[in-house]
Amino acid sequence: MFDLTKINFARNETLVLLVIIGFCFLAALSDPGFLSLPTLFDLLRGSIVLTIFAVAAMLVLVSGGIDVSFTAIAAFTMYATAMLLNIYAPGVPWFVALALGMLIGGGLGAINGVLIAGLGLPTLIVTLGTLSIFRGFMLTFIGQKQITTLPAGMREFGRMMMIRGENADGSFYALPWAFAATVLVVVVTWFILQRTMLGRSIFAIGGSVESARRIGINVPATQFFIYVYVGALAGLGGIIHSSMARVANPFDLVGPELYVIAAVVLGGARLAGGYGTLAGTMLGVALIVLVRNSLVVIGVPATWQSVAVGVLILIGTGLPAWQAKRSAARAA
Amino acid sequence: MVQNSRLYALIASPEARLAVIAVLVFAGMAALSPDRFLSAQNMTSMAFQFPEFAILALAMTLTMLTGGIDLSVVGIGNLSAIIAATILTSFAGAGLTGTDALMWYGIGMGAAILVGACAGLLNGVLIAVLGLPAILATLGSGLIFTGLAVVLTNGSAVMGFPAVVAWLGNGLLFGIPVPLILFAVLAAGLSYILTRTGFGLKVQMFGANPLAARFAAIDITGMLLRVYVSSGVLASIAGMVVMSRANSAKADYGSSYLLLAVLIAVLGGVNPYGGYGRVIGVVLAVLSMQFLSSGLNMLGVSNFSRELIWGALLIMVMIINSRPDLLNPFKAQRAKS
Repeated sequence: MFDLTKINFARNETLVLLVIIGFCFLAALSDPGFLSLPTLFDLLRGSIVLTIFAVAAMLVLVSGGIDVSFTAIAAFTMYATAMLLNIYAPGVPWFVALALGMLIGGGLGAINGVLIAGLGLPTLIVTLGTLSIFRGFMLTFIGQKQITTLPAGMREFGRMMMIRGENADGSFYALPWAFAATVLVVVVTWFILQRTMLGRSIFAIGGSVESARRIGINVPATQFFIYVYVGALAGLGGIIHSSMARVANPFDLVGPELYVIAAVVLGGARLAGGYGTLAGTMLGVALIVLVRNSLVVIGVPATWQSVAVGVLILIGTGLPAWQAKRSAARAA
Repeated sequence: MVQNSRLYALIASPEARLAVIAVLVFAGMAALSPDRFLSAQNMTSMAFQFPEFAILALAMTLTMLTGGIDLSVVGIGNLSAIIAATILTSFAGAGLTGTDALMWYGIGMGAAILVGACAGLLNGVLIAVLGLPAILATLGSGLIFTGLAVVLTNGSAVMGFPAVVAWLGNGLLFGIPVPLILFAVLAAGLSYILTRTGFGLKVQMFGANPLAARFAAIDITGMLLRVYVSSGVLASIAGMVVMSRANSAKADYGSSYLLLAVLIAVLGGVNPYGGYGRVIGVVLAVLSMQFLSSGLNMLGVSNFSRELIWGALLIMVMIINSRPDLLNPFKAQRAKS
């Protein structure tokens, strides 16, 4: 059955899970109210958009690349969609808004795809460039003012709740349907990665581009798909973000792209490519959200937040790296 | 035909192409608004603006040459500036002048550089001894440095320095802006180290092929430690320039400089996977960026479109660098026939 000695503590997933459990334990000790549905829903709500971004970032890491432009795609998409719908079709239902967002995001992702898959440019540099281009284009040509009146569809989507509840003190807690979108993204991505040739090709390219090519994988086509898919996910994340925030602020979202990537790596995905799991990614996101939202509960002042995240990243990536280095030295 | 190939030879190296771009941008901006762009006032204001992020780009160049990266430069810069600022405000105060002020400024700067070196040493240990990927080690440590800066100041700005502090960022020496002189000295020094010393050779060898470097019995750990300590020191110097120009120190100053520094290094022809890069390329990239943004500013283009144009410039240069034959119709024809 469950054999404690067989747990591999060098695996990031295990390590992150243990830290999460430890954190919750400490939090529950200092505030018994911590282990409750409202807290859980707070954390789940906080991880909706972050998980979508992290899944996108994980996919790129698995393929051996790195994408820093997804936050700019998300911001561009959310702002452009809100503006387009407000001007041309303010009354469309929420699923049209989401679809339009995924379309715009996918289109922007295709630009990354052409540069990376078509011209063979390095992923970090291309996405660094397109990050500036998308953001600069949006702020210069589309606008810089917040859109406070979102189109009806987006407003409606932000208000749709899956579960509602009332606290003892009369305040409400709720989980929006946007959470279902995140679950759907995880399931679809799991299916692509684990159950299709396409998914296996992504892993193969991340392991070794040359080997992938020799076994007959169409490397450029696979890469192109990845960046379009990631763009579509980023677009979806952007729309959900603004629906939930009830405002489309063009200065939102861009900035924490590297922390999203850090969360993914914390969950065990390798920067060198070829390895990464959805479970690990979600655990990584959960840990980051937990630390961001609940550090105060275990008695650490909020100003220490970024120190805590930094230490977590160093420990979470340092332990496996150090173990790998030791075992390599032993083998040599 | 001979002329053709000579022209091609002229633009064969990435640095030469960058020089052409820098000259073209300069000429273009000078032609579009001659009286304002070519004015002495604009020249000095440009010379005051770019050194702070150009110094960060030098740090980025050095670490990229080893195939690494230093994402903690902004964090190190701010943390060391805050340490220096705290020393200055608690011991010197705004009213202090003369040798006392100079002495405390010296102590503050020394402390800042020491902080930079220690921070760099931490990065070096994480990367060289513990084997973390540089991008994650410096991302994590950068968060820690920024976080410590927030903890020390509660997120507010530290200000109230003696007047001497302003000199480093705003002063003139023989009519030349001091930060420009500082950048020139640092760039020349880095260029000398990289091209004329054994250490520089080892850095580039390791970046080009880490395994071969190990088999050549290079002390990789020591080399990487020195690289990241130098990067930390450069970052703290940039932090001192920012502090002097802003006349204050704050945990979130210059947060947009991080990606800008990476962008400049890559635009300057530095291979982010290591092994190739020349300081002159980085200097040319910095100049092109500054000409472009100052010029656009004068033409009344918004700050945001700078980002757009910088990104477009980066991608364009990358496309040209990856397919240099596109620039040479002569060679392309020969290949066809």
